[in-house]
Amino acid sequence: MPSYVITEKCDGCKGQDKTACMYICPNDLMVLDKEKMKAYNRDPAMCWECQCCVKICPQQAMDVRGYADFIPLGASVVPMRGSQDIMWTVKFRDGSIKRFKFPIRTTEEGTADPLGGYPAHDDLKSEALATEPASLGLDAVPTRK
Amino acid sequence: MPNFETVEVNADLLIVGAGFGACGAATEAAYWAKKNGLKVVMVDKAATDRSGAVAMGLSAINQYVGIRDGENTAEDYVRYVRQDLMGISREDLVYNIARHVDSTVHLFEKWGLKIWTDEEGKYVHEGRWQLMINGESYKIIIAEAAKNALADAGGELYERVFICEPIVENNKIMGAVGFSTRENKFYVFKAKATIIGAGGAVHVFRPRSVGEGFGRSWYPPFNTGSSAYFTIRAGAEMTCQEVRFIPVRFKDAYGPVGAWFLLFKSRAVSAGGGEYMAVRKDELNNWAPYGLAKPIPANLRNYLGMLDVDSGLGPLYMETQEAIGKLAEAYKDDPKAFKKKMKELEAEAWEDFLDMTISQAHLWAAQNIKPEEKHSEIAACEPYFIGSHSGASGAWVSGPEDLDTPYKWGYVNMTTVDGLFAVGDASGASSHKFSSGSHAEGRIAGKSAIKYIVEKGQEPKVDSAKVEALKKRVLAPLDLYEKHCNETTAPEINANYILPQQFIHRLQKIMDEYAGGVTSAFKTSKALLDRATELFVYLKEDSAKMGAKDLYQLERCWENMHRMWQGEAHVRTMLFREETRWPGYYFRADKPKMDEKNWCCFANCRWDPAKSEWSMFKRDVWTMPGV
Repeated sequence: MPSYVITEKCDGCKGQDKTACMYICPNDLMVLDKEKMKAYNRDPAMCWECQCCVKICPQQAMDVRGYADFIPLGASVVPMRGSQDIMWTVKFRDGSIKRFKFPIRTTEEGTADPLGGYPAHDDLKSEALATEPASLGLDAVPTRK
Repeated sequence: MPNFETVEVNADLLIVGAGFGACGAATEAAYWAKKNGLKVVMVDKAATDRSGAVAMGLSAINQYVGIRDGENTAEDYVRYVRQDLMGISREDLVYNIARHVDSTVHLFEKWGLKIWTDEEGKYVHEGRWQLMINGESYKIIIAEAAKNALADAGGELYERVFICEPIVENNKIMGAVGFSTRENKFYVFKAKATIIGAGGAVHVFRPRSVGEGFGRSWYPPFNTGSSAYFTIRAGAEMTCQEVRFIPVRFKDAYGPVGAWFLLFKSRAVSAGGGEYMAVRKDELNNWAPYGLAKPIPANLRNYLGMLDVDSGLGPLYMETQEAIGKLAEAYKDDPKAFKKKMKELEAEAWEDFLDMTISQAHLWAAQNIKPEEKHSEIAACEPYFIGSHSGASGAWVSGPEDLDTPYKWGYVNMTTVDGLFAVGDASGASSHKFSSGSHAEGRIAGKSAIKYIVEKGQEPKVDSAKVEALKKRVLAPLDLYEKHCNETTAPEINANYILPQQFIHRLQKIMDEYAGGVTSAFKTSKALLDRATELFVYLKEDSAKMGAKDLYQLERCWENMHRMWQGEAHVRTMLFREETRWPGYYFRADKPKMDEKNWCCFANCRWDPAKSEWSMFKRDVWTMPGV
């Protein structure tokens, strides 16, 4: 079914300024049922199983049940995404479990400086992009001349 | 017409899309725009943190040249792409991206992307051009830099606005129109220049999985041909519309095979155990000189596997248990070191899935797959349009000014439409740019577009009657549905309209069965393509009869419209090129051989907006002297 919402856990993001899953889904699949104050996936056959909704859900109210076409039941792959790393719990159909932890970024969220701290120039006519040649680690942009 | 407020947004530069190409454009353009007092506006169909092809993440950067450390030169990259695309590439564009891409990667690292380094601080390569990363948040980081750059320069980002049509007057772009997918608003963006970077196309062909797994495409289902549509409808010349891409991946979930081929040195075999790359080696002579190049072009590697499948030798398998066994053998005197090495490789292999194809991890877990015990099935996916990878479809754009080529008619990366620039999957014949190269190309186009605006930008003149006509056209599916939906007891079955869920299946059936999809074993012919052309006439007429009950269906209607035009350009160009050049992408069964004498050239096309007519023509391949 691709991503689904656990009825008991979803609170419709009522404490947030927007519904997280609905905000993030790259394919516009998540909708909030305003009467029930629960979100749902309106078009499971268009789900990419990217888990962006699962990762962002503040209530951990989302999971994925693998595509019925070809994924047998009984397994799960659950992310827990923090500000610096992500933990994955992979549960096999036979009950065995693997856990992995990977870093996701090396800087504080929101701090990316577009120029990356490299010196920039103001020659609009040159081949050099704003931070070049410094960001290339070269003295000049390579050319064939 | 339903009651939609019209919102007008004025900008100097409009960027359509917000994936890697568009974010690169926004980051660079904002810098130059601020210096020149110009306004940049970027429009995203989704939320920029997770929009575009890298929404899920990636486990590698696939283009890093390493010029700084003397690893390779930009010319080396040109040579590589030339061979992989069977001689057909815009070497000036490939060169231009290659000489800038390293700076993009260095910026990514500064922004917070974790690129693996060794004890000496050097990047860890997966292959000659590939760097290993921890890329779960790759898109979030790249979007952050773009958003920060826009904010600093007084620019604006519109999320959840879907651009449907360009506004063009006398072959000059004036802006674009679209609608909000969240509220009843019709948007009109007016700008002096526009950059299109709205991705490739998926679901033009029928996918292998057609039930709930319909959405499990290798490239994302939200890449819907919007770039191709935008440039074709603007009247831009298009190139390589026949050069689709088919990746070979783990079957069904389409997880990456790179870690298994490159890190584990795993072999791919047929069910009988024959390694098709070895058994069918002589076939490569038929595709010389490209077939004899190293690395062997992606489409030819596909083709050798497809020959096995055609001969009934499938399934194909990745021999994971053999690769791990060999590794154990190499460490047989040091079981502790083997255990450590295995743990490391296992984490790398699983991260490869978890960073970019989580479904593959799910599939392995659900089938209790232990790669050390049992091999896993691989297969060719359905065809995709992805000019940034090993496909090449996109708009024909002007080349860099400092190279002496026949491809210069304007500012670099400008299409043949005045003021319209293309990046990433939107720009053609510059394959193998992937995420980093698309971003670098975006930066190149971002600077170029600002230069265009400073030197010759004019206030866009948009006829209000034309805007009204576009509004009517964009919202028509809502009107049609509203008018007729109560005439039947089940609104999804109605003689007056076709819903987007139904229309997409009709498009896919034509493409799959006549244009060389999965069920046709990727084979087509003049007769089949002629029949597809006949069926497209009805399809195009009926595209005006798509109905939508709400904004969501309207979004899907317009995505289908975009896909359909990509499909038509593809059919026409395969028909035009009377040879087979990329046999592992598609095979013209009536012209089964490569014809270097007549077809070592670009097959380009253009749809004339004034006459509503297509023209097809050849363009020469310029080869970089001495390379």
